[in-house]
Amino acid sequence: MRLDQRLIADMIEPGTRVLDIGSGDGALIDHLFRMRGCDARGIEIDMREVTRAVAHGLPVVHGDADHDLAHYPDGAFDYVVLQRTLQAVERPREVLRQMLRIGRHAIVSFPNFGHWQLRLMLLFSGRMPMTSVWNTQWYETPNIHPCTIRDFLALCQEEGYCVQKWMAVDEDGERAPWRRSIRLANLFGEQALFLLGRKGDC
Amino acid sequence: MNSTAPLDVGDHQHATFPEGLDLECGVHLAPVDVAYRTYGTLSAKRDNAIVVCHAFTGDQYVADIHPLTGKPGWWGRMVGPGRPIDTNRFFVICMNVLGGCMGSTGPRSLRTDGKGNGTERWGTDFPPITIRDMVRAQHMLVRHLGIERLFAVVGGSMGGMQVLEWAVTYPHMMLAAMPIATAPYHSAQNIAFNEVGRQSIFADPDWHGGRYWQQGVVPARGLAVARMMAHITYLSEEALTRKFGRRVRKDPSNAQAPEASLSMFSDVFEVESYLRYQGSAFVRRFDANSYLTITRAMDWFDLAAEHDGELPAAFAGTPVRFCVVSFSSDWLFPTSSARYLVRALNQAAANVSFVEIDTDKGHDSFLLDEPDFDRTVRGFLCGVAEHAGLA
Repeated sequence: MRLDQRLIADMIEPGTRVLDIGSGDGALIDHLFRMRGCDARGIEIDMREVTRAVAHGLPVVHGDADHDLAHYPDGAFDYVVLQRTLQAVERPREVLRQMLRIGRHAIVSFPNFGHWQLRLMLLFSGRMPMTSVWNTQWYETPNIHPCTIRDFLALCQEEGYCVQKWMAVDEDGERAPWRRSIRLANLFGEQALFLLGRKGDC
Repeated sequence: MNSTAPLDVGDHQHATFPEGLDLECGVHLAPVDVAYRTYGTLSAKRDNAIVVCHAFTGDQYVADIHPLTGKPGWWGRMVGPGRPIDTNRFFVICMNVLGGCMGSTGPRSLRTDGKGNGTERWGTDFPPITIRDMVRAQHMLVRHLGIERLFAVVGGSMGGMQVLEWAVTYPHMMLAAMPIATAPYHSAQNIAFNEVGRQSIFADPDWHGGRYWQQGVVPARGLAVARMMAHITYLSEEALTRKFGRRVRKDPSNAQAPEASLSMFSDVFEVESYLRYQGSAFVRRFDANSYLTITRAMDWFDLAAEHDGELPAAFAGTPVRFCVVSFSSDWLFPTSSARYLVRALNQAAANVSFVEIDTDKGHDSFLLDEPDFDRTVRGFLCGVAEHAGLA
């Protein structure tokens, strides 16, 4: 399991119901079931990954964040997790709304487009930045909705979500030490990780 | 085509329930025979039983030699020692459906009076049955075997309909359900195909209003045509092209002619002779009245009907773990209907896995060599065992 998945797992109370959107090979839901006694389920868009996960006995359905969340009932889960995918969905705001409709909490991680390297590349080369995180050309990238940590916070504020925890994480998933200043986190954090609650849950 | 009478049914292993069954149509059917086969050993705790539901023209001979055809079981590659449904671990039960013709009570059974005497067969007087009636008959046999809780119910096509009906009717009697290549209702297109098959049987001069056995014949031509057409729906264009293409049969009686004569009445293309073979093999093991009874049962199938069309309501609060499987080239029960089912299960907050297996072999894929499918079945059952603490 990746280090950032371990950070996500640490945010989740034992014995809860969890939906992991973009569950990949199912490492997180497997961990949550075995180590935390959670009822953890997955949605994955890549059919090969789905088959692999189901063949390992994990409850995963083929589907995606944009089209399948609307079919879950209100409050079906305690946590709904979206790992490194928010920037690739068609309608990020709607996906967040759905996540906090079907879950009491949303856990969202995304690559931070405000990172200093990206800013410098755009400033000096005048071309779309290419880094280890943002590593596909603009014309074929699935990441159609990049955002910065401050952009995301602004959206949460606009929607009235309660930011219960947040942290900046580097690419390897290590926690970065920019806890006190959002501006510094937005400059030096490669990935961001948020635990959100519904309106009024602060 | 001459009137090949079906081979004698023989004495299939079965249980008789003299008390019978109240059918959904309101008729009380008694007695009821349920023919079955079992594989593996029931554990001391009686917690390892899996019911395998057969498809429309299948039967209870899942994994042993068929007594009529002499062919290996229809799912021997899936059920057996070391197979994905491992009989070293699980106790597998497969039952001939009510209305069938392989030993369970159906149109070919004798119609008995209150004293158990009878000399006349049911024929077309056999009451209309539903998928739920089939499942309730299976439930009687499962209880008869001393089993209170099933580990899983698994089946493809019409077998998948039975799996869904099991989950809706007896949700607290089973841990897991695996509906494969199926749908929660029979579509208009599928009803249409069934109707062509039925009309083909009715049009056969040997049909005799359904009382063909009195004339010592069977409507073999009509039944064979029905089977030929249905068989096309079980395949895909890609599978037919790969298997036969446009290849023409060689005429064995005329070595001079490179190709068979361009006759309208002989089978010129290989795909034709394949279908004719499928049709004629089928009439030797299947009864025309059973064909009508079972196709009607499928046509009536609609799980949402008694919930005002709200499918999720049928699964509300279900404790069953589901694994839905579809095949990408299946156009009889397409992935879209599986996805519709999965979304309803999600809406009912059910625990569900869903896999679409990528294959070009069509609806019949679930009977064929598909390694990803095998892994899915094996893995899902292991996962259920682990969650239930049975691993």
